[in-house]
Amino acid sequence: MMDHWQRFKASDLFYDFKRDKVAIVSFAVFVLLFVCAFSAPLIAPYNPYDPANIDIMSSEIPPVWMAGGMDDYILGTDAQGRDLLSTMIYGMRISIVIGLCAVLLQAVIGIVIGLIAGYYGGKLDGFFMRLADVQLSFSYLMVAIFVSAVLQAAVGVGRFAEIAVPFLIIVIGLAQWPQYARTVRASVLAEKKKEYVEAARVTGFNSHRIMWRHILPNCMSPILVLSTIQVANAVMSEAALSFLGLGMPVTRPSLGSLINAGFEYIFSGSWWITAFPGLLLVILVLAVNLLGDFLRDVLNPKLYKG
Amino acid sequence: MAAFIIRRIVQAFVVMFIISSIGFAVKHNVGDPVWQITGISVSKAERERIREDLGLNDPVYIQYIDFLKKAAHGDLGKSYFYKKPAADVILDKAPATLELVLVSSLIIVVLSVPLGIYAAIYPKRLFSRVIMGGSIVGVSIPVFLIAIMGVYLFSVQLGWLPSFGRGETVNVGGWRTGFLTADGWRHLILPSLSLSSIMLPLFIRLIRSEMMEVLESDYIRYAWAKGLNRYRIWFLHAFKNTLLPVITVGGVQLGITIAFTILTETVFQWQGLGFLFMEAVERSDTALLVAYLMFVGMIMVVVNTVVDIIYGVVNPTVRITGAA
Amino acid sequence: MSVLLQVEDLTVNFALRTGDLTALNGVSFALNEGERLGLVGESGAGKSVAGFAIINLISKPGYIAGGRVLFQGEEISALPQEAIRRIRGNRISMVFQDPMMTLNPVLTIGTQMVETLQAHRDIGPSEAAAIAADKLRKVHIPSPEKRLRQYPHEFSGGMRQRIIIAVALLNDPQLIIADEPTTALDVTIQAEIMDLFLELCEQSRMGLMLITHDLAVVSETTEKIAVMYAGKIVEEGRTGDVVRSPRHPYTQGLIAALPQGEHRGTRLNQIPGTMPTLTRIPPGCSFHPRCPHVMAVCARREPASLPVDYPGGGQGVVACHLFDPQRHDE
Repeated sequence: MMDHWQRFKASDLFYDFKRDKVAIVSFAVFVLLFVCAFSAPLIAPYNPYDPANIDIMSSEIPPVWMAGGMDDYILGTDAQGRDLLSTMIYGMRISIVIGLCAVLLQAVIGIVIGLIAGYYGGKLDGFFMRLADVQLSFSYLMVAIFVSAVLQAAVGVGRFAEIAVPFLIIVIGLAQWPQYARTVRASVLAEKKKEYVEAARVTGFNSHRIMWRHILPNCMSPILVLSTIQVANAVMSEAALSFLGLGMPVTRPSLGSLINAGFEYIFSGSWWITAFPGLLLVILVLAVNLLGDFLRDVLNPKLYKG
Repeated sequence: MAAFIIRRIVQAFVVMFIISSIGFAVKHNVGDPVWQITGISVSKAERERIREDLGLNDPVYIQYIDFLKKAAHGDLGKSYFYKKPAADVILDKAPATLELVLVSSLIIVVLSVPLGIYAAIYPKRLFSRVIMGGSIVGVSIPVFLIAIMGVYLFSVQLGWLPSFGRGETVNVGGWRTGFLTADGWRHLILPSLSLSSIMLPLFIRLIRSEMMEVLESDYIRYAWAKGLNRYRIWFLHAFKNTLLPVITVGGVQLGITIAFTILTETVFQWQGLGFLFMEAVERSDTALLVAYLMFVGMIMVVVNTVVDIIYGVVNPTVRITGAA
Repeated sequence: MSVLLQVEDLTVNFALRTGDLTALNGVSFALNEGERLGLVGESGAGKSVAGFAIINLISKPGYIAGGRVLFQGEEISALPQEAIRRIRGNRISMVFQDPMMTLNPVLTIGTQMVETLQAHRDIGPSEAAAIAADKLRKVHIPSPEKRLRQYPHEFSGGMRQRIIIAVALLNDPQLIIADEPTTALDVTIQAEIMDLFLELCEQSRMGLMLITHDLAVVSETTEKIAVMYAGKIVEEGRTGDVVRSPRHPYTQGLIAALPQGEHRGTRLNQIPGTMPTLTRIPPGCSFHPRCPHVMAVCARREPASLPVDYPGGGQGVVACHLFDPQRHDE
């Protein structure tokens, strides 16, 4: 472990990171948000899932610095009377969990398919790449929206709310695997030509070992860059689905459903119910995107376009 | 070239076939069509008779063939809410969405090409940094949030622009257009800007990075060595090569725009397909959902096929070999 | 015979985040009208940089840090962008290394030729097309009128290099800078292309600056030779003189490494070691770690360029402490 850390400290990546203020700030912001989100029960002033905290009488209280604001609710309350800050922290936790798990799922599916397609080639490769073409020619968000809509119609809104988290992970995860598959496949094809793979083959290593131990480590930088972009995309997709009412229910809101819930109140002037969750979502996604940009500039991998 | 086009068209049919299968699967498994036609207060015998009439007791493959035959004739079933054929409902709402997509596509193209080229040619200039910084913020703000911010600022606070609907429209041969009235245009501003807000930065970044890659190439260096005028090098030699990847990615992005119309139309209650779709979801109007799927699927397939063919026309290597 | 091109103390640096790297270190040479000069060296010696620096076409982060270039008496290194543009492709043409990458893939040959004419002359498209077809004929491309309407991918590598040579001829330049014009081609086609160059240069008395790593090609085609090592010219003289009796130990090594007709089957003599990369140029004479005649002074002081005489009376320049009459063996 120490050894890895030493090597990392000496790497170009770390060298560039130290010099890039934007990268440092966005990394710090992301870590901060991540820690906040996962320590939600500890740092949030209230528990938004506790029905005792839902009180219509205290709904739409403005932030503390505005007329009518209360010290108990720093950022005000939402339409249900919940403390907005607490609800946002819990909501961000859901957004991050769904985003990361969905990307993990995409990555696993895409990497396995990409490795197999790139390494074995032939008909298998042709089939998977056609499939990837067809799927990429459809908007993943469109697919996710449609699948969610159909599922909600099939199982009913109440039942849908219960399975929303795993469902969103699966639907966002399944929609985006071709990105990984194509990137990994392209890297495999490039690596396959190199001498060390040839050497490993000649020395009689079996193909699984060559793929996992030799080729995959060399595909890491495009995968890392792609994953950063995809986490941002997944968080945005979840927000979009929840905003349409096809994602997380208001009782367990993500940032997207909070924005959705707050939207109708902006006409009556209660802008904060939408604005603060929206701002938090933008900061989260922006931090991830800026990190992705930094990684892309430094690692400069050949990403598959499309 | 002909072989290339035929291949693309065959592929389009295969994809349409897959979409129709999904459509059929949804129709077959989700919602009870009898209930949707009759409501609850009908006797059991009556239900059974309707089932028989609708062919719901036939084997699945016969129902599927029946579904395909009808779909090919434009019969996509009946919307139980609108009490008319789903295809008619779709066609009635399509112009609103198409006009919205058209205007935002124009905004995207008109702005992204010059900004992307500028940022590629002068990567170190302040204005380029502003463009790139703005674009990364742009891709990080969800479409619906931009839309909501627009409504709050320009409608609720300033009262300059309308917050919902299409405004005054004119019926031109069955196409209800908002292009012919000032009110229609006023209503178009916020929705079209919101819709373009996510694709515009993506296109700027795409054009910039492709163009920068092209500018590094040997043939651009050669063009300089031939003593060509810089504008000819940038706008002909470099940009024409930049176009190829931009067209491919652009086609995919256009498909994504349709998904974003659902978000935009929901915020602005824009009476188009996206709004219709969300209504159908809420009402569990299965026929309408399936019709929407088929229609949007068809648009995407057509757009992708056309994009591929345009790509073939711009790229001389495709034209000769017939393979892409 | 008047001087066509004179390069004086030309220095090119690359600005990297770790500091400047010197790719071309005070290079000087001259070329007369209608003369052919071979610039020889291993890859990475700075030959190509020298070629591009002459027409002020160094791409970032490189820049010209010093020295000057005189072309027909005019200091073209000091010209503003628009003025140097008028020279490029007009009075000085370039031929690039890889014909597969040089032509723009989405424009027809005709477009790429006509634009080169119209960039420098005020002529109409049909007149320009006629000149283009004429030049294609000169490089032995059959049915040129039809070929003008085709795209680069419809030609083989050898054909493309002919087209690129035709492009270089369009405005009847006084100098062609050819950067490894045959390296990317098949061996059989290499000879054809070199013959074509010779034929064309002799026809129109053009100067040719041939940049190559291939000493054999240079010795067959050029009148003058300049040998580069790690960004510097180490020896310059008439081709026959230098090839017959090389003075600089590096040149001697290069010549010894050539396959000799009469000694078939003997082992080729390799210079031990490799040329240093730009980041690791040793102090003093950059060749000293590989030099068989290395002396104490070589590691300490950079050798100056000194005049030398070749057997038979030819004159040249060599940068080596061995030839320094004031050398003190310290």
